[in-house]
Amino acid sequence: MSNLTMMTEEEKLEQFTQRIEAGDKIEADDWMPEEYRMALIKLISMHGISEIMGALPEKEWVPKAPSLHRKLGIMAKVQDEMGHGQLLLRVAEDLLKPYGKNRGDLMQDLFNGDLKFHNVFHMDTRTWGDAGLIGWLVDGAAIITQTNMLGASYGPYARALQRICAEEVFHAQHGEAIIMALAEGTEEQRAMIQDALNRWWDALLMFFGPASKDTTGSSKQDVTIKYKIRTKTNEQLRQAFFDKYVPRILSLGLTIPDPTMHYDEENKEWVYQQPDWSEFKKIIKNQGPRSQARLNLRRTSYENNAWVRDALAATVS
Amino acid sequence: MSSTENVLSPEYKEAVTNLLFQLADDDFLISYRGSEWLGLAPHIEEDVASSSISQDTMGHAAMYYTLLEEVGAGKADDLAHLRPAQERKNSILAERVNGEGYYMETPQYDWAYAVVRNFFYSQAKKVKVDSLRQSSYQPLAETAVKVNMELYYHLLHWKTWFVQLLSSTDEAKQKMNDAIDLVMKDFGDVFSYGNDKAAIESNNLIASEEELKDRWKANMAPIFESLGLAVPAIPEAPAKNGRNGEHTEDLTTALSTLSEVYRLDPVAAW
Repeated sequence: MSNLTMMTEEEKLEQFTQRIEAGDKIEADDWMPEEYRMALIKLISMHGISEIMGALPEKEWVPKAPSLHRKLGIMAKVQDEMGHGQLLLRVAEDLLKPYGKNRGDLMQDLFNGDLKFHNVFHMDTRTWGDAGLIGWLVDGAAIITQTNMLGASYGPYARALQRICAEEVFHAQHGEAIIMALAEGTEEQRAMIQDALNRWWDALLMFFGPASKDTTGSSKQDVTIKYKIRTKTNEQLRQAFFDKYVPRILSLGLTIPDPTMHYDEENKEWVYQQPDWSEFKKIIKNQGPRSQARLNLRRTSYENNAWVRDALAATVS
Repeated sequence: MSSTENVLSPEYKEAVTNLLFQLADDDFLISYRGSEWLGLAPHIEEDVASSSISQDTMGHAAMYYTLLEEVGAGKADDLAHLRPAQERKNSILAERVNGEGYYMETPQYDWAYAVVRNFFYSQAKKVKVDSLRQSSYQPLAETAVKVNMELYYHLLHWKTWFVQLLSSTDEAKQKMNDAIDLVMKDFGDVFSYGNDKAAIESNNLIASEEELKDRWKANMAPIFESLGLAVPAIPEAPAKNGRNGEHTEDLTTALSTLSEVYRLDPVAAW
């Protein structure tokens, strides 16, 4: 094998391309094109920070969970999400090393709006039904997008996803158990989940991103597919979500809040009403219903704890 | 378990019940205070660790409430969610807010207070649990063995923070010392059995208040010594004794959050 230091950029790129074409895993210290590194940083830091910001809407329901058993369940789940965030940020930190950046920089990027978090975590949670629905359908949607990347060409991300997906399956079961209990419960309990579904439906469709970059002006799906980080398009993933969950939603006696929704047998796809993508654009610019409140939570805690970081730095050095 | 229930004298059963309420309510409330911190801890690793501790602690509360259900005190979930503040037997320390502000808006929580409260509380829980392993009430002795396995790590965790922050910057030391003063103000009922002292102690359910206080001080002494500090004195007569149902407004607001959904329909399955 030729020595990497003797190779031209073109040769390195060619070797890199051959490796990912052959299904080889790229590791943190391997040479990689700038475009690949940037795509990974964007994807993984967004995924990581979304896990962390995603703990906040559910955290609102941790103390309120309506039994000791449910309290324990949701506490375990939220703790897992934090753990995923930590795991992913460490993967992102390795990729950031050549730029001399670290986790502190990612936090600043979050606060100034450069680092986005998933649209679903900008939403309001109003009832216990929302807590169940997040576990069931938001985690269900996450499983679909994440299993699509289990074979990612970047080894550290693929390995982190193995563990994350295994835990997400438990989360979806936890959410489903909450929803089933409500679905089999009183009139009020059933109304609670229908109301949650009505309010979350658009956000769930948006979760997979627009079908093409024409909708919002940019999309990273093309570059991530090119580099074998993912295999399916946003629309294929959304269709897979419908395949799995539409029958389950209906079997619980719930109504999908889109009267146009149906399966087109001929084209083998679900036909549905597009969500308001201009709303999506606003949300990912941190102008969603709870975007600023949740960012403020993290900002305040980051400022309040500055003395702790200083104290730890002083004892380490 | 019904066989045990049958042989308990009414007086013994009442003493067991009262002690169990103290243990259950303590862990229920301090776990809630821990869960309010979620997402706000000084770093993500700490969020993972301390949310795990809160979860363990809620598990301990659930075990004690289940023991209460088994002695016929009522349904565990009702006991945890529906009893009003004046019937609660937790210590004042466990119910205190983490700082100013509501957990969903922009709370001004103090990490020094969290560290000191959790460390002092965990050490107190440790001496109690060690004693409970010899409790005359067998189901409680068995539960204590399980609690103890997790408590070992909780104590280690908070002790590490405690020593580290008191060995660091002047600002950290100042904040930690302020927090020690604040925590000790509420420490008067932590080892109290309230009006049930005689019944709880004479039935050999757990060691006496005085013995436990001495053990707590003996455990704390080497740590304080290594930091050049004196072990703070435990207040003799608490201003309010939570064991007798005397509480602050902090408990009332905590309970309304904790039971908000359950109260919508306590007979429904959730």
